[in-house]
Amino acid sequence: MAYEGDELLESVTNKEYEFGFTTNIETDKAPNGLNEDIIRLISAKKEEPEWLLQWRLEAFHAWQKMTEPEWAHVKYTKPDFQAISYYAAPKNRQKYNSLDEIDPELRRTMEKLGISMEEQKRLSGVAVDFVMDSVSVATSFKEKLAELGIIFCSMSEAVKEHPELIKKYLGTVIPRSDNFYAALNSAVFTDGSFCYIPKGVRCPMELSTYFRINESGTGQFERTLVVADEGSYVSYLEGCTAPQRDENQLHAAVVELIAHKDAEIKYSTVQNWYPGDKDGKGGVFNFVTKRGLCEGNNSKISWTQVETGSAITWKYPSCVLKGDNSVGEFYSVAVTNNAQQADTGTKMIHIGKNTSSTIISKGISAGSSNNSYRGLVQINKSADNARNFSQCDSLLMTDHCGAHTFPYIEVKNKSAKVEHEATTSKIGEDQIFYCLQRGLSEEKAISLIVNGYAKEVLNKLPMEFAIEAQKLLAISLEGSVG
Amino acid sequence: MEATTVISNKDKFIALNESKSSVLKNSWANEIEAAIAAFTTFELPTTRHEEWKYTRTTRLANENWKWSESLENSGLSNTIIEDLNAARIVFINGNLSLADSSFNNAIGCTISVNENIAASDIAQINVAPATNVFEAFQRTNTSAAISIRVEKNTAAETPLHIVHLITDNESISTPAIFIHLGTGATLEVTESFHGNENTKGLTIRGLYAHVGTNARLEYNKIQAEKDEQFHISLDNVRVENDGYSNFNTLTIDGGWVRNDLRIDLNGQNIEAHLSGFYLPRNKQLVDNHTKVDHMYPHCMSNELYKGILFDQSTGVFNGKVYVRKDAQKTNAYQTNSNILASDDATMNTKPELEIYADDVKCSHGTTTGQLDEQAMFYLRARGMSPDSARKLLTTAFINDVLNKVENKIVRQHVIDALVQKGLLYI
Repeated sequence: MAYEGDELLESVTNKEYEFGFTTNIETDKAPNGLNEDIIRLISAKKEEPEWLLQWRLEAFHAWQKMTEPEWAHVKYTKPDFQAISYYAAPKNRQKYNSLDEIDPELRRTMEKLGISMEEQKRLSGVAVDFVMDSVSVATSFKEKLAELGIIFCSMSEAVKEHPELIKKYLGTVIPRSDNFYAALNSAVFTDGSFCYIPKGVRCPMELSTYFRINESGTGQFERTLVVADEGSYVSYLEGCTAPQRDENQLHAAVVELIAHKDAEIKYSTVQNWYPGDKDGKGGVFNFVTKRGLCEGNNSKISWTQVETGSAITWKYPSCVLKGDNSVGEFYSVAVTNNAQQADTGTKMIHIGKNTSSTIISKGISAGSSNNSYRGLVQINKSADNARNFSQCDSLLMTDHCGAHTFPYIEVKNKSAKVEHEATTSKIGEDQIFYCLQRGLSEEKAISLIVNGYAKEVLNKLPMEFAIEAQKLLAISLEGSVG
Repeated sequence: MEATTVISNKDKFIALNESKSSVLKNSWANEIEAAIAAFTTFELPTTRHEEWKYTRTTRLANENWKWSESLENSGLSNTIIEDLNAARIVFINGNLSLADSSFNNAIGCTISVNENIAASDIAQINVAPATNVFEAFQRTNTSAAISIRVEKNTAAETPLHIVHLITDNESISTPAIFIHLGTGATLEVTESFHGNENTKGLTIRGLYAHVGTNARLEYNKIQAEKDEQFHISLDNVRVENDGYSNFNTLTIDGGWVRNDLRIDLNGQNIEAHLSGFYLPRNKQLVDNHTKVDHMYPHCMSNELYKGILFDQSTGVFNGKVYVRKDAQKTNAYQTNSNILASDDATMNTKPELEIYADDVKCSHGTTTGQLDEQAMFYLRARGMSPDSARKLLTTAFINDVLNKVENKIVRQHVIDALVQKGLLYI
C-alpha cells in the first residue's frame, strides 16, 4: 500500500470494543422461544390491556406466514428465533424519584458510557430515558416537560396512562405486516419510548434515549413512537452502545414518527452496537424499521444517523411525504470496519404537492467490510413539483473492502425534478501529502479528511451528539487507511 | 393465481422450444446442451425478479408465437442506409435471406453463415453460460447465425450493416451474431431492427463479440421496430488488453424493448464506451440493463444513457458498474438523464455501483425532470413556437449521445429518422 499504514491498521483492527463490559444486575427472564404463550406472558408481565394483546397476537400470526428477507447485500447466519428470550427486565422495578436511588452498578455503567446523568441534567438540559435491557429505569426532566403538556415516557407507561394516543397511532406508519422484522417486533416488543408534543409547542430541550443491550441472549425489540401535533417541534436523540458478546444478538426495533400540519421532527441517531471481533465473530444484528409520516401540510421530518457499530446493519429510515409542501431529509454517515456489513439508506415517498427531499449519504468502508447504500425515491403521480436531491459518496480505506450503491428512482410525474449522484474513491494521496507537509501525522491527517468528508452530516447533529459522533469516527477509523 | 399463470406462460416457450432446433446444433453442441438444461431450471421472470422489477413479461408471454420460414421482404428498401456502401446481411423473420444480403464483397473480414460456421470460431469467443430463460431459449433455438471474423492486424474496410426485418405476423426470431476481432483488428458494425406495421413479432437476438488485444470495435444498434413488436437484445462484449469498444444503443421505436448489455473488461488498459438514447411513445416500454465488469487494473468505462418519455410510455434504466478486487486504478463513469414529456409517462432508474477495489474513481449521476423553463422562455422570447422550442431543446439533450456515433453517415441516418418521426428539430 501507498502508506506505512499496516501498523496503524493492526492497531485498529486489534482494538477491543471499548464499551464491551457487562453489568451484573439480576434480571427477570422469559424462557427461550417464541409462541403465543410467550406473547401472553409479555403482555401479562407488562399489565397490558386486552386490545394490545390481540394486536400483538395478530402481528405474530402475520409474522408466522412471512419469510426472512434476503435481498439485502449482506451475508450472515440467520438467527434462530426460537433460541432467543423475548423478555428480560431488571428485577427491582421500583420507581425512582431521584437518581441517588438507582442501583450504583447501573450508574457506573452509565458513567463508563460517558453519560453522567447529573452532568446531562445540569449542563445540556437533555432528558435521558435510559433503557437498560427492555424496561425504562430512570426518566428525568419529566416534570418539566409535563408543564408544557409534553408526554415523554416509556412505552409501557404510555400504554397505561395514554391508551387513547397509543391506540390511535401505534402501527399507523409501519403496519404490523410491513416486513418480517416489523411484524416480529409488533408481536414481542417489550418497551421503548413514547413522545407526544401537543399543538403549537416547541419542545425546549432535546429528548434522548440511551439504549443498551445487556442481558446475554436477549433480543431487543424496542418500539418508539413520536407524535408531533400541529405546529410543534421536537428534536429526538437515540444512541446505542452494547457490551461485548460472543453470540449474535438481534436488535429489531421499530420507530414510527408522525408529523401533523406545520410540525417538525428531527430524529438523530448515533449507533455503536457491538460490531463483533475482527473476524466478524459475535456482534449485533441490527434489523430496524424506521419510518416517518409527514401527515399534514408543511410538515418536516429529518433523519440524521451516524452508524459505526453492529455486525450487520439493515436499516432504511424513510419519509412518507403525504402533506403538501412537506419536507423529508436524510443525512447519514455509515462506517464499517473489519467484517462489518451494512446495507442502509432511505426511502422518500412523494405523495403531496411541492414536496421536497434531500438525501446525503456518506459511506466509509475499512478492513474487509462491505458498505452498501440502498435508497428509493418514488415520485407518485399526484406529487406535482416534487423535488429530490440525492448524494451518496463512498470512501474506501483498504483494498479488500467494498462499497456499493443501489439507488432506485421511480418517477411518475413530469413536473418532478430528481437528481442523484454518487462517487466512490479513496482518500487522495495528494490530500494526505498536503497534510503531512504541514506537519500533521498521518493519523491526524486521515481523521481530518474523514471528518471533513462527513461534515455535511455531522453538522446536522445536535451539539453533544456531534462531539460523540466525531469521537466515534476517530475510534472506528484510527489509521485504517491501507 | 399468479404462480399458475407463470407456469402456463413458460409452457408456450417450452412448446416452441420443442418444435425447433438450432442451426448451430453441430458447431455449438456443448453450449446448446447446457442451454437446454438451463432452460428447464429458469422460470419466466416476473416483477419479483430483481432484474425484471419494472418490466412485465406477461404481455409478451400471452401472444401466440410461431416459427416462420417466410422470406417475404416487403419494406426492406426502407432499411437501407444511403451512402454507407456497407456489406449487408439481412435476416427476415429470423431467417437469413441470402438473396437480399450482399456481403461477398466485404473487404478485411470473413463472414460465414448458419451450418458453415466452424466450431473453433465460436469456441474462440468463449461465451459465458446462460443466466436467464431468454438466453437459454435463444441458444437452444438459434434460428439463423452469422460469424464475422477479422484476423490479426486487419482493418475491415467495408462497414457491415446487419438488418433484421419482421414481415410475418406472430413470428419469432432468434438469430445469433458472433464477432471475433484478432489482435489489432478493427471493425465497424451497424445493426438495425425493423418491422412492418400491424405485424406482431418477437425478436430475441444474441450477440457474442470478442474484441482481441488492441482491437477496436464500433457497434451501432438502431432499434426501429413498431408498437406491436417485442424485442430482447442479449448483447455480450468481451474486451482484451488495450482493446477499445464503442457500443451505441439507439432506440427510435419499438413496442416493448429490453436491452441486456454486458461488457466484460477482461484485461488491462481497456477503454469502453456504452451509450444510448430512448424515445418511447404511446404505451411503449424501453428497458436498458447494462453491466460493465471491471476485472483488471487500469481500465476506463464511460456510460451515457439519455431518454425522453412521451405519452403513457415507460422507461427503465439499470446500469451496473462492477469493480473487482484486482481492478485498481479503474475509472468508471455512468450518467443517465431523463425527461418526462408527459404526465402519464414513468421512468424507473437504478444506477448501481458495486466496488471491491479501493484505488478507483467511480461515479454515477442520474437526473429525471422536464425541460428547463428558462431555456424555453429564452427561445420563446426569440419568437420560436413552443413546439419548435421544445424540439430544439430535446435535440440538444440527445445530441451528446448522437455524437458518440463515430460514422457520420450512420449518425445522419439516425437524425433523419428522428426528424421524420417529428422528434427532432434540425
